[in-house]
Amino acid sequence: MPRLRFWLLTAALTISGCGGPYPQSTLHPRSDFGRAVDHLFTDIFWWAAGVFVVVEALLVIVLIRFRHREGRPAPKPTHGHTVLEIAWTLAPAVILVFVAVPTVRTIFATAGDAPADALRVEVTGHQWWWEYKYPDLGITTANEMHVPVGRPVQVAITSADVIHSFWAPALGGKRDAIPGHVNRIAFRADAVGDYSGQCAEFCGASHANMRLRVLVDADSVFQAWVKTEQGGPAAPATGSLAARGKEVFLHSPCLACHTIQGVSPGVIGPNLTHVGSRGTIAGAIFPNDSAHLASWIADAPSLKPGSLMTRMKPPLTDPDIAALVAYLQSLK
Amino acid sequence: MSEATGGGLKSWLTTTDHKRIGLLYFWTAFAFFLVGGVEALVIRLQLAHPDGHLVGAETYNQLFTMHGTTMIFLALMPLGSSFFNYIVPLQIGARDVAFPRLNAFSYWVFLFGGLLLNASWFAGPLFHAGVLNVAPDAGWFGYANLTERQYSPGPNIDFWLLGLQILGISSLAAGFNFVVTILNLRAPGLKMMRLPTFSWMTLVTNFLIITAFPVITVGLLFLMFDRFFGTHFYVREAGATPVLWQHLFWLFGHPEVYILILPAMGIVSDVLPTFSRKPLFGYTVVVYSGILIGFMGWGVWSHHMFSVGLGPIADSVFAATTMLIAVPTGVKIFNWIATLWGGDIRGTTALHFAVGFIAMFIIGGLSGVSHASPPADLQQTDSYYVVAHIHYVFFGGTIFGLFAGIYYWWPKMTGRLLDETLGKVHFWLQFIGMNLAFFPMHFIGLLGMPRRVYTYSPDLGVSDLNLVSTIGALLIGLSILILVANLWRSRTHGAPASNDPWGGATLEWGIPSPPPPYNFSVIPTVESRLPRWRTERHGPMKDPPARPPAPIHMPGGSWWPIVAAFGLPVMALAPLTHTLWVVFVGAAILLFGIYRWAFEPFEV
Ligand code: HEC
Ligand code: HEM
Ligand SMILES: [Cu+2]
Ligand SMILES: [Cu+2]
Repeated sequence: MPRLRFWLLTAALTISGCGGPYPQSTLHPRSDFGRAVDHLFTDIFWWAAGVFVVVEALLVIVLIRFRHREGRPAPKPTHGHTVLEIAWTLAPAVILVFVAVPTVRTIFATAGDAPADALRVEVTGHQWWWEYKYPDLGITTANEMHVPVGRPVQVAITSADVIHSFWAPALGGKRDAIPGHVNRIAFRADAVGDYSGQCAEFCGASHANMRLRVLVDADSVFQAWVKTEQGGPAAPATGSLAARGKEVFLHSPCLACHTIQGVSPGVIGPNLTHVGSRGTIAGAIFPNDSAHLASWIADAPSLKPGSLMTRMKPPLTDPDIAALVAYLQSLK
Repeated sequence: MSEATGGGLKSWLTTTDHKRIGLLYFWTAFAFFLVGGVEALVIRLQLAHPDGHLVGAETYNQLFTMHGTTMIFLALMPLGSSFFNYIVPLQIGARDVAFPRLNAFSYWVFLFGGLLLNASWFAGPLFHAGVLNVAPDAGWFGYANLTERQYSPGPNIDFWLLGLQILGISSLAAGFNFVVTILNLRAPGLKMMRLPTFSWMTLVTNFLIITAFPVITVGLLFLMFDRFFGTHFYVREAGATPVLWQHLFWLFGHPEVYILILPAMGIVSDVLPTFSRKPLFGYTVVVYSGILIGFMGWGVWSHHMFSVGLGPIADSVFAATTMLIAVPTGVKIFNWIATLWGGDIRGTTALHFAVGFIAMFIIGGLSGVSHASPPADLQQTDSYYVVAHIHYVFFGGTIFGLFAGIYYWWPKMTGRLLDETLGKVHFWLQFIGMNLAFFPMHFIGLLGMPRRVYTYSPDLGVSDLNLVSTIGALLIGLSILILVANLWRSRTHGAPASNDPWGGATLEWGIPSPPPPYNFSVIPTVESRLPRWRTERHGPMKDPPARPPAPIHMPGGSWWPIVAAFGLPVMALAPLTHTLWVVFVGAAILLFGIYRWAFEPFEV
């Protein structure tokens, strides 16, 4: 059955001229949580499709059969029919029981508790980027979450400012990030991959630009990533452009907002200790390359409306920016 | 009497005639409907392609906020009110509503509230905002704590909360008025279970209004105190929680969606019998399920909050109540189909829209059930899938129902028939347009596009679907232009309407179109549920005579409702501009208006 629904949907999409792949699709679950939700939705979908066909067909038949014709005798004034009315009250009620039972079962099965040995990740929503902390591993990073394939993950979600919602559709449903509350989801990823997601609760100007990635790694890859992240920032070679960039960093407002382990303590923006190893920046909306880094540092709000990384005053010179870019890229 | 019948601006500004107020509501709501529609088109043009550049993030956020707020509070609710005003007194055999001046007050407060909200599009310079438009920008649901001064420092949210407070006063005043009117002013013999279905649903709706609006009023007052006086109702740092707002908002918000759909259901329940020449099948069931929905609508609000993390028990309970409410909703569909069954169905434009309502509402109801299941909803909520749902119920439901009402009652309201050919072109364009616009949104949402985003990435694979949706929206726009042309044309070219162009069963069809100021030359005595039709036990009633046997004196107009109403937007200017004395000026105007109103001689 799920197959058939998948083909129906795909057919509909093909007719409309869309090709795949759909990196944010809810119909291609890649975790136990995602699959549980998808099964439930598939059940409901078929009930709904059945009801839809029956009722719409009835409507069309009635309209054709009883359309006005000259000479038709005046209709009989029927006022009701108790048995019929009881029947069509009970029918939807019974169908809804068939929906409600698996619903409640899935609610409890996906309530967010992972086994005790699960990898713990703490997600904090910020306007408009995501912060991830791995409390057991001592790692802090942003926008791109790494998890190992096949191992249970316990995600705790909260917010530092307004309400956001953490959503990586392939891995399961969304949960709101609410200041003062901690919400939990749990999942075990099925397949290695790069899954995209984004904030789903309207959170201000750049809500649309608050995207994210979850990278599900093979275990060895994940362990290697953990190793790098646990290490300090790479030290730039003396005399290199990157070394000059570090000087600029230390003498500009950057350090008030960004942490680089052992270099600066700021906590307003993302931790930059290993920013060079990330694939994207600024809420996963731009590739992490020199051009984007340079224009980001020069004028973030013009790239991302409302961004809280304001334009630097006084503005940085082009050589300073180039040096900063080199430094940031060296932070692998 | 003179003022109530004469022409001229003054007669409209001072009118207390429910028919004139109904027309004022109609044209004002229709104008706001066009404004909301233009906002929607800009939204769709922006989203026609990924990475759209038509408008920026800030403007887009204002557009979707104002689109939702406008459509719900300034277009659909007051379009419903225009029929409450015009039609309900005629259906119940009354000369006017219970409190005619309060009725005028409701209208003027609505107009001023709507103008105040929309003034925000141009008010930037007043606040040295550096831009022209400072319209509300946190969504029609205005989630705290984004709406707190800390995160929304500008006047945008002030406009929203003050505008909604003012509109709430209008809705509450009108709500009490219609409840009293329907309960107390029915013609002799018009027992509750003989009441036309539209009047019944109007009654239920207005009960919902007078119970639901206080809830949002409280929520908005808290927000107002937070924003202006530094209280902390929704501030986490002070130990409160922004989730409180969500509870208050949806405790109002869910009844509100029934406030929007029940009148349309009432219209459909009146239109179908007329055009299939059969009584409504299971009148009692339709009425009682409407009442039941009104009650049950209070127990489902947290289905808007399944992603908030209320816990598995709360989620299960609200899933169950939500699925339960689908039963009385679904039952009505079967009753409507059974009404058509065995009928002699005349395919007028009004019938087209009523049937379109059923066909589209089924889809919205079914997607509703799919997000009544919390785990499934975790993938759907705040995605375009929900946008599809709300448009199948609001557009496919409420708007199709209200348009059925327009084509049905326009002859009664203006004395002119609308053109049926244009009407059917309008219907088919709108029907095709809406399905093109909203059906793809199911897929767009399931493929992972969140709602309330001003842009999306081409990587999502939803670009073509979005383009189709935009084309559908443009078709809808075209269909609405045809409606406008039809309405406009009918003023001069519409065929004159007889008392009863459709062969209707209810009282409004027994009097002239449009009715005289006193409505009924003689108040009718009602003996059956379908007084103007022959039933098993009753022949059709005799319509009231063309001339009243004795002169009927109707109360004249009054200036005081509009004066009192004007005090409210003036009061709102005070917090908007942070100028204390203005509030006293506004309050003085309001009190002066009320005082003079209270001591106005009853007969002018
Ligand atoms: C006022 C505080 C502030 C200052 C000063 C600041 N930033 Fe930022 N920075 C932020 C915030 C907030 C973000 C996240 C913005 C977003 O994604 O919306 C950010 C994001 C970044 C990112 C992207 C990180 C990622 O992984 O997405 C880089 C790189 C960056 N800043 C570099 C710098 C540099 C270099 C400077 C100094 C020239 C600097 N920042 C100064 C607040 C600041
Ligand atoms: C069978 C009946 C219905 C059911 C079971 C149902 C269920 C739901 C549920 C569960 C939601 C929350 C979805 C989410 O945000 O994830 C929702 C949203 C909504 N529903 Fe319905 N619904 C029904 C009928 C209606 C009707 C009749 C209307 C109004 C005419 C309506 C209007 C809305 C609106 C406006 C929202 C979205 C509010 C927002 O987030 O902005 N629904 N519905
Ligand atoms: Cu967001
Ligand atoms: Cu609801």
